Amino acid sequence: MGDASAEERWRDLDKLLARPGNIVSPIFEPSPQLRDELGEYVRVLVVGAGGLGCELLKDLALSGFKNLEVIDMDTIEVSNLNRQFLFRIHDVGKSKAEVAARRVMERVSGVNIVPHFCRIEDKDIEFYRDFNIIALGLDSIEARSYINSVACSFLEYDDDDNPCEETIKPLVDGGTEGFKGHARVIMPGVTPCFECTIWLFPPQVKFPLCTLAETPRTAAHCIEYAHLIKWDEVHRGKTFDADNPEHMQWIYSEALKRAELFGITGVTYSLTQGVVKNIIPAIASTNAIVSAACALEALKIATGCSKTLSNYLTYNGLEGLHTKVTEFVRDQSCLVCGPGTLIELDILVTLSELIELLGEHPKLQLSKPSITHQGKNLYMQAPPVLEELTRSNLPLPLFDLMGRAPRGIIHATGFANKNGKRTSCLRKLRVVFKGAVDEGAANVDMAGVPA
Amino acid sequence: MIKLFKIKDQKKDDAGNANGRPVGKKQSAGELRLHKDISELNLPKTTTISFPNGKDDLMNFEVVVRPDEGYYLGGMFVFSFQVSPSYPYEPPKVKCKTKVYHPNIDLEGNVCLNILREDWKPVLNINTVIYGLNHLFMDPNDEDPLNHDAAAVLRSNPKLFESNVRRAMSGGYVGQIYFPRCCV
Ligand SMILES: [Zn+2]
Repeated sequence: MGDASAEERWRDLDKLLARPGNIVSPIFEPSPQLRDELGEYVRVLVVGAGGLGCELLKDLALSGFKNLEVIDMDTIEVSNLNRQFLFRIHDVGKSKAEVAARRVMERVSGVNIVPHFCRIEDKDIEFYRDFNIIALGLDSIEARSYINSVACSFLEYDDDDNPCEETIKPLVDGGTEGFKGHARVIMPGVTPCFECTIWLFPPQVKFPLCTLAETPRTAAHCIEYAHLIKWDEVHRGKTFDADNPEHMQWIYSEALKRAELFGITGVTYSLTQGVVKNIIPAIASTNAIVSAACALEALKIATGCSKTLSNYLTYNGLEGLHTKVTEFVRDQSCLVCGPGTLIELDILVTLSELIELLGEHPKLQLSKPSITHQGKNLYMQAPPVLEELTRSNLPLPLFDLMGRAPRGIIHATGFANKNGKRTSCLRKLRVVFKGAVDEGAANVDMAGVPA
Repeated sequence: MIKLFKIKDQKKDDAGNANGRPVGKKQSAGELRLHKDISELNLPKTTTISFPNGKDDLMNFEVVVRPDEGYYLGGMFVFSFQVSPSYPYEPPKVKCKTKVYHPNIDLEGNVCLNILREDWKPVLNINTVIYGLNHLFMDPNDEDPLNHDAAAVLRSNPKLFESNVRRAMSGGYVGQIYFPRCCV
C-alpha cells in the first residue's frame, strides 16, 4: 500500500516528464524514466535554510529531486518560526540546516538531504563543483556574489570564446523583501551572472554620522547612534556582535535613552534588531511564491520539460500585483563570467615580457599594467611601496608565478586608448601556456619512475 | 541536462578527481576593483600608504596624512581602511587611529565625511576618499560636527580653536581630554 501511495504522489510530475510538448527545451526527451533519472543523477545544493531555504527544500523534494544538500551557518531563533515552517519552538538554538534536512526527509520518503552547518566560505571550491544545480535562498548580496563567483569559476571557454557546456554550473536565485521578490536563472556564460547586473541592487541607505551625533530625527537615527558611535565609546576595543542578545539589548536601551532626549518615539527592540542587522521584513507567502518559481526552474533545467525563465522574474505584491520577466543581457566584459582575452604564451615568458606584450596586444593595448593572479599581486605599478615589493617578480617566468599550471586566469589593470582618450581599465586574461604539461599528469608519470 | 549530469557522474567515477583541476582562491569583483584603485593611486604629497599585512592584502591598509598647511600643519594622522568584499557598492570603513581635536572626527576615530556614508557612490574610489580626508584637515567645518565641543569653539573663537589644536597635537589637555602628541 505504501508503494502505491508513493507512486500516486508522482502522478502529475510523471505526466509532465513523460509527454512531449511544444514549448519544451530542445534537448527534452520525454520518458517515463526521467523521474528516476532526476532522482538518481541530479544533485542540488540549497544555499540558505531560512525563509526561502525551507520552502526550496520542501518544493525540490516534492518535485522528484532526491539528492539534496543544504548549507546554512545560522541557528533557529524564535522570530523565525512564523515563516520558516520546518522549525518548531523546541528547535530554537539548533542548526537550521540540520533541522530542515531532517524534517523534509521525515515527510518525503526516498529523499536524502545532507545538511552542512557552516559558512559558505568554509567549504572549498571542490565541494561546490559536485553539484549539478545550486539554488540560492539568501538575503545578502555578499553571499550571492560569493556563490556566483564560485559557480562562474568552473566555467571554461573554448578557443572561439564560446562557453563549454559541460562546465556551466546553473544557479537559481531567489530573493524577497516584504511583498517584493525576484527569481532568476543564471547560466554562467549564457545568461547574465550576478555581477553582470549588480546595479540591480542599490547600496543600502547610510545616515551621515554627524546627523546621528548631532541632529537625530528618527528612531533609526537613535539606534544607529547607539550602534555606530556609542558602543565604541563605552566598550573600547570590544567588537559588537549582532548575534549576542546582550549586546543587542544594550543598543536598544541606549537608543531608547537617546530617543527620549530628543523627544523621538518609535524605538522598539525589534526595530533595533531590524536596523542593526539590516533585516528586511519577511512575508511567508512571498517566500513561498519566489521559492516555488525557483524550484520549478531547477526542475526545468534538469529535465528540459519546459523552457527556462529567461532570465529574471520580478514579483511585486505591493499596490496590486505585478509580475514581469526581463531578459537581461550579459556584460561581455564581465570579470566574473566573461571569457576574458585569450593569451597564448611560451612557458619561458617572464612577467616583464608579458607586461610589454600587453601593451602591444592589438585587442588590449594596455599600458602600465598591474597584474594579479588568484589574490596574489604579481606586479603593482603603484603605490611605490607595493611596486618595490613586487618588482622582484619581473624577471621570473609567468608560468612559475602561476604555479606551473598549464592555464589560468590573471587580471590586469592599466590604461588603454579609447577614441584617443586614455582610460583606465581592468581586464581578465585567459592565459594558456604552449607545450606545458599538466602537473597532475606529470606527477602520475613520475610515480612510475624509480627514484 | 540530466544526460550531461549523467556523463559527468560517470566521468567522476572513472577518473576520480584527476580531470578536475584545482581552482585557486576566488577573487571577488570587489577585490579586483580595489586592485585597480590601488594600482592607480595618485597620492597627494601629504599622504603615504602602507599595507601592514603585506602585498597581497589590499583590503586592509593604513594611510598617513601630514597636512602641509592649515590648523593641522606639522601633525601626523593615521587612518585605517577596511574594504569589504562588496566594495565598491559599500564604501570603505575608515577610522582615524590618531586621537585628534577636530570638529569632524570624534574621539573614537569616527570620521564624518559625506562620501564615506550618505554620498558614497560606486564610481568613487580610494583616491577620492584620501583627498576627502586631506580636505578635512585643510578645512575643518563646524556644520557637520562629530566633536561638538571642537565645532563650537571653531565657530565662536577660531583663535582659541587654533591654540587648542596646537596644544592637542603637541601632547596635552584640551578641557578634560588628553591628546597624545602627534607632531612630526
Ligand atoms: Zn557576469
